[in-house]
Amino acid sequence: MNITRRRLLYLLPAAAIAWEFVEAGTPELAPNYKLTDHWYGMLIDVTKCIGCGSCVRACQNENGVPDGYFRTWVERYHIENWDDESPNVDSPDGGKLGFPPSKYTGGKNFFVPKLCNHCADSPCTQVCPVGATFVSPDGVVLVDSKYCVGCRYCIQACPYGCRFINPKTETAEKCTLCYHRLTKGLTTACVENCPTGTRQLADLKNPNDPIHEFLKTHSVQVLKPHLATRSKTFYYGLDGSVR
Amino acid sequence: MKTFQDSGHLFRLAIVFIGAFVAFLVVRALLVPKTFGEYGHYRGAALGEIAAKPINYAGHQACEMCHSDIAETKSHGKHAHVNCEACHGPLDKHAEDPTALKPTLPDTAVICARCHQKNIAKPTGFPQVDAPEHSGGVECKTCHTPHTPVIAAVAEPKSAGVKK
Repeated sequence: MNITRRRLLYLLPAAAIAWEFVEAGTPELAPNYKLTDHWYGMLIDVTKCIGCGSCVRACQNENGVPDGYFRTWVERYHIENWDDESPNVDSPDGGKLGFPPSKYTGGKNFFVPKLCNHCADSPCTQVCPVGATFVSPDGVVLVDSKYCVGCRYCIQACPYGCRFINPKTETAEKCTLCYHRLTKGLTTACVENCPTGTRQLADLKNPNDPIHEFLKTHSVQVLKPHLATRSKTFYYGLDGSVR
Repeated sequence: MKTFQDSGHLFRLAIVFIGAFVAFLVVRALLVPKTFGEYGHYRGAALGEIAAKPINYAGHQACEMCHSDIAETKSHGKHAHVNCEACHGPLDKHAEDPTALKPTLPDTAVICARCHQKNIAKPTGFPQVDAPEHSGGVECKTCHTPHTPVIAAVAEPKSAGVKK
């Protein structure tokens, strides 16, 4: 293509205008994806969890979570008789490779998968001094890793222990509810790989989502309800000993 | 007589303040990202950046487009709701271009036990065995068909385990 000097002069302002959008990283959201049409959460049926660790492996593969750090993990609880106040909890390597046989032979035993609760009133986003973490318009608590200064306030603020500092980037990291999958119309990696249907993604703004029927007809709990974080990770069959 | 004597220094001070304010506006415009405040007190472009990350798990719908025969087999068995990549691993690259990545078959002695190894904390209704005692480390698929988990070698179901 031949560009004359005059033509180049015409093109320069146009290029300058376009550059603004190139630099802004124009959202490559799916064409039909509207932020305000969704309000995501998750339903966890504790009675179905077998502690296989598929969700933990899936999350690490999907999101490149460093070894020894977890965006989601599974805990194994043991409660002797009625002593709900002091459960024995273990989670070897986050339950990533399943659980070894329990050392207990009696009592109450069960698994609890944990992840970011994607609170609507999230304590972690409120403390960020630079506006690097936020609740997105579709209800997902996200971290802007380019803006995060790694001050660790959010890690202290999260009552559920769901955040960590990525040792490579030195920025806060957490479950994104597989935001890159949701916006492409896919479900999260952990839900996709859960073999028993323990985890279910819920879109609370979608009137056809089975979550509404489930919430109406079942007794569900959120973790630490007294903190009024308006958690959107609902647990069914949760024992009172789980914190 | 002037209303304000030596009022010049007031103007000079005002100019300094105006200058500082303009400088503040200029620096602010330069430092605050363009999309900051688009949706809230954060960089709006971050949403697009996070959403643009590549996926690794293709999702069972993608698998079933080509492997409809296996989807059909699986739909009749107890593993109907276990999605492909839960056992076969992340295979988006294979789904994008089947020749680019050839999936390796999972070791059924390991992968089956992760779910079916006996554990006191598992729900009682869930089928569990003590794998070492049950098969002695022999691959589960020697007897069981993973897609529809029934005993394939009905004639001598335990032969594989006994040999060891």
